[in-house]
Amino acid sequence: MKQISNAPFMGTEKQEKELMGWIAAHKGEKGIAMNALQKAQEIYGYLPLEIQKLVSRELGTPLSELYGIATFYSMFNLAQKGKHQINVCMGTACYVKGNAKVFEELEGILGIKGGGSTKDGKFSLDACRCIGACGLAPAIMIDEEVFGRLTGDKGELEAILSKY
Amino acid sequence: MVESNIPVGADIMGMSLNGTKFFLKQHRIALRNCGIIDPEDIEEYIAMDGYRALGKALTEMTPDEVVQTLLDSGLRGRGGAGFPTGLKWKFASGNRGNVQKYVCCNADEGDPGAYMDRSVLEGDPHAVIEAMAIAGYAIGADKGYIYVRAEYPVAVQRLNIALAQAREYGLLGESIFGTDFSFDIEIKLGAGAFVCGEETALMTSIEGKRGEPRPRPPFPAIKGLFDSPTILNNVETYANIPRIILNGADWFSSIGTEKSKGTKVFALVGKIKNTGLVEVPMGTTLREIVEDIGGGVPGGRSFKAAQTGGPSGGCIPAEHFDTPIDYDNLIEIGSMMGSGGLIVMDDTTCMVDIARFFLDFIVDESCGRCTPCRMGNKRLLELLEKITQGKATMADLDAIEHLAMFIKENSLCGLGQTAPNPVLSTLRYFRDEYEEHIKDKKCRAGVCKELLSYSIDADKCIGCGLCAKNCPAEAILGRPKEAHTLDASKCVKCGVCVEKCKFDAVVMV
Repeated sequence: MKQISNAPFMGTEKQEKELMGWIAAHKGEKGIAMNALQKAQEIYGYLPLEIQKLVSRELGTPLSELYGIATFYSMFNLAQKGKHQINVCMGTACYVKGNAKVFEELEGILGIKGGGSTKDGKFSLDACRCIGACGLAPAIMIDEEVFGRLTGDKGELEAILSKY
Repeated sequence: MVESNIPVGADIMGMSLNGTKFFLKQHRIALRNCGIIDPEDIEEYIAMDGYRALGKALTEMTPDEVVQTLLDSGLRGRGGAGFPTGLKWKFASGNRGNVQKYVCCNADEGDPGAYMDRSVLEGDPHAVIEAMAIAGYAIGADKGYIYVRAEYPVAVQRLNIALAQAREYGLLGESIFGTDFSFDIEIKLGAGAFVCGEETALMTSIEGKRGEPRPRPPFPAIKGLFDSPTILNNVETYANIPRIILNGADWFSSIGTEKSKGTKVFALVGKIKNTGLVEVPMGTTLREIVEDIGGGVPGGRSFKAAQTGGPSGGCIPAEHFDTPIDYDNLIEIGSMMGSGGLIVMDDTTCMVDIARFFLDFIVDESCGRCTPCRMGNKRLLELLEKITQGKATMADLDAIEHLAMFIKENSLCGLGQTAPNPVLSTLRYFRDEYEEHIKDKKCRAGVCKELLSYSIDADKCIGCGLCAKNCPAEAILGRPKEAHTLDASKCVKCGVCVEKCKFDAVVMV
């Protein structure tokens, strides 16, 4: 189940303008609903109901269908994520080499559970699907940067986090 | 290929490049340009005979001859199931020029522990583009889609650069090589759903919907993307094709075994000295890959099993070390080729826990459309959890086997049909470990927490107090410089004491 945000929606006019511009340019293309949601998430960081409604109205796609897509794919967030997203790879190689321990250690350092965000909104922590850095297992990805060959040592992880 | 804090060549750390067994046993076709050319410069690809195969196909061969070459080469799909690529193309090749058709590339590399597609996309994106154009010519399609995981940002970026350069050089677009053949490619980003690696689910996802699989028939070659005839091949399959067109079917079919031609890229990872991508001729044995190329298991540990085929595959024990690896042999020994992840496990890996790990993944990724997969795998996972928690009985083992067969036989798509494989293969080869968990409440690998208990060896303990200081449950007592004791009733089995102890005095029993 996905976490659904109950925080008030704080979108700006500029963001809305960007999304509307994208939709206007791509409306009518085949299979556009998913791309529209991806674009919306890129702009807002997540997909609040307000935005799903807006996309539905603009594309003429039923809200139920968009909600179906947003809940089906793991990359769509219905709640806001941290400024930096920490993804701990749970692919087989990383698992065999002890990434479950790294995950627990990160939960301890950040004081949050997997799926959650820190109070200051700086980090969110998730276990994710294989990121294809198996040769560097165990590995984590922070935003788009990969850190591999981890030992799961508290000091090592704190040093990585301190870069952000 | 990960461009971050990793030193170049880290995958082969500590080895000189020449004369090592790591390279001697390899034969690089799909990975021929990876790490050699600049993937962001089309001219480097062209200098390595790039786009010559497309030129040859368009100007010297008929579309039927291209299909026939693929058929004769014996190339089989590298994404997992091993369907003959030429046959797929042949099915979709009827009625050329009269109907809209599509060529798709499956770059939704979802098998945990495999990353060869990522390497090809990041290291040699033009090879895929060229092969897709050849496919377009062969079946009469003018439009292609690459469905790539959004988790691979570098791959997406390099593909975009490569596509722009190919268009600029007239290798995509209208009238390619001065012929009347036109072809272009669009990138579609996945959004994190393992089931989208299944061909019909992938097409549904390109259509912008929930990526649920559809029943087959009709097969995609007849009715695929947007209800048009479509072929879908995997990245590594495409990467082989330009060389097959250039060097001929006989060259390719001279490599490999009788029914599996060419080479296969494996992602050799896990508990192994030399991790990395290795490309070997089909028929190479597991022993050659693990011992000669991989350098064996590090840290004085012993080899227990190699896992292939991701969540659809199985665990191969040491007794099959000398089996030549090809599609058919792997199925016979209860695993499958899959996309080529080869995860080596040593005696610290619990086989029941690995089966549980894969099933947990499947339960997460099942799309929910058909009941056997949605409900069956969940029940199967619960049964396995009973075992890892020491609550199972021997009757549960029978229930597992019965349920696993039911799921295999009744699920709609490949994901469900193969989901119980990790359970069945570990049961086949490591049944004693399952029974040990159930009867003796013991996990010999020391992985299943509920079955462990810790104690302190008084002879080894020097009383430094480090364990007691770090114990979150205050379960360790003792005076400084005297042997400590551990109160099992308070212990939460977190394992911190084992890690902190510098004298190996905390033992798991």
